[in-house]
Amino acid sequence: MAPEDIGDDELALLLNEIVERYGYDFTSYSTASVKRRISRLFILDHFKSFEEFRKTVLTEKNYIRRFVQEITVNVTEMFRDPGFYKLLRTQVLPVLATYPFVRIWHAGCSTGEEVYSMAIMLKEVGIMEKSLMYATDINPDVLDQVMKGIYPLRSLKLFSENYILSGGKEDFSSYYTAKYDLAKFDDELRSKMIVSTHNLVSDRSFNEFQLIICRNVLIYFNKPLQDKVLELFDASLEPRGYLALGSKEQIKFASISSRYEQLDPKEKIWRKLQ
Amino acid sequence: MAKATVNGDFRVVAMGGSAGSLEVILQAFRELTNTRIATVLVIHRKESLHSALPEMLNTKSHVTVKEAEEKERIMPAHVYIAPADYHLLIEPDGTFSLDYSEKVNFSRPSIDVTFECAAAVFGKKVIGVLLSGGNADGVAGLKAIKKAGGMCVVQNPKSALVSFMPQHAMNELEVDKTLGSGEIGAFLNSIQ
Ligand SMILES: C[S@@+](CC[C@H](N)C(=O)[O-])C[C@H]1O[C@@H](n2cnc3c(N)ncnc32)[C@H](O)[C@@H]1O
Repeated sequence: MAPEDIGDDELALLLNEIVERYGYDFTSYSTASVKRRISRLFILDHFKSFEEFRKTVLTEKNYIRRFVQEITVNVTEMFRDPGFYKLLRTQVLPVLATYPFVRIWHAGCSTGEEVYSMAIMLKEVGIMEKSLMYATDINPDVLDQVMKGIYPLRSLKLFSENYILSGGKEDFSSYYTAKYDLAKFDDELRSKMIVSTHNLVSDRSFNEFQLIICRNVLIYFNKPLQDKVLELFDASLEPRGYLALGSKEQIKFASISSRYEQLDPKEKIWRKLQ
Repeated sequence: MAKATVNGDFRVVAMGGSAGSLEVILQAFRELTNTRIATVLVIHRKESLHSALPEMLNTKSHVTVKEAEEKERIMPAHVYIAPADYHLLIEPDGTFSLDYSEKVNFSRPSIDVTFECAAAVFGKKVIGVLLSGGNADGVAGLKAIKKAGGMCVVQNPKSALVSFMPQHAMNELEVDKTLGSGEIGAFLNSIQ
């Protein structure tokens, strides 16, 4: 079934049934994206009709887990947008280094490439010991990957190029051990990570942070939900804390925008005024 | 997910190109004066060159050329360029969403993705235009546009620097029009 063949009404109905049955609320997600993901699931799992799909989601045990896994988009990479990481390294981390402890929240961290990138920078700046990285996502399966810290070796070329472009000066291969076609990052990098599921739609603020990183997650939400999640971040950020979003995400039209200043005209990092 | 309708009575040109399309696009937009249409442009390009595109393409007319922004509403008299390394989706209410999902046809942005969304949202108001390129991206999208009642236009493969993409489209579906590399601007201006 092509994305354009999925009716708005049948989709809305199913998403509402999923909220009632399982508590997962995808009703405020980008319709275009959800339709494309469902269309992809039709092919992967050989559904023949929307009704068959609906039945499976609502009645088959454990299928909701697969639904959550596949409706969300988990694509990510280490040091994606090197300029963004360079700004974190040169302007944000030196400020955080002056604090007695550092709490960082990676919301929607997917398989953890972003969190390992941060761990490497914290180590290089020399503040790993006093830092904690909270890595959260709605999808428990990607969090298993975060715990393992194992990535396909073929991705490492790109990761290491990104690392160098972001201002990394060490030998990137010293951070992992390659075995067959996999690369395992050092356990030390994981020692300061706290990994947990957290749903940005329905779960609350759980701590106060000096830096919140949420990249390429808001693009999947409609405008009202984007605003609501930005409010959640605002409530979870200390005065003078930093909020970092994906390269095409904005707080410009959100209610919190007047309380933030952007560090740099290009990179999407803001500092809370007070 | 409330059912929304797209308001405004204007045609949407969904244009895609790959290798060899930039020159054609530059010329077309230099000539573009039609403020009744909205154009959504997906080009396969190196990321480093991508951010320069809006300036390179800027028209001298009252048509604004810009990168498509997250949840921005599609309006006539605008050319929207898909940003590098994201798919450009269109919501039922006529706003854009960006998407960082898997590449499609080895491409992100993928022409198919944007064309299929345009077909779903704008139906027969869409005019799909596929230009020079060496990749099959865009052909499935043109088919979706055709199925939704829109119009399908390709660059004449003989005039294309790389003919594979438009030729593949002509093999796969009945296109409504083929245009020479220098005729695209005039065609866009003729759209009512
Ligand atoms: C495209 S990935 C972004 C990964 C990484 N931050 C990056 O930019 O490379 C989007 C992630 O957001 C997660 N996500 C989607 N909805 C969410 C929600 N309601 N709460 C928490 N995470 C969510 C997905 O599971 C996915 O891992």
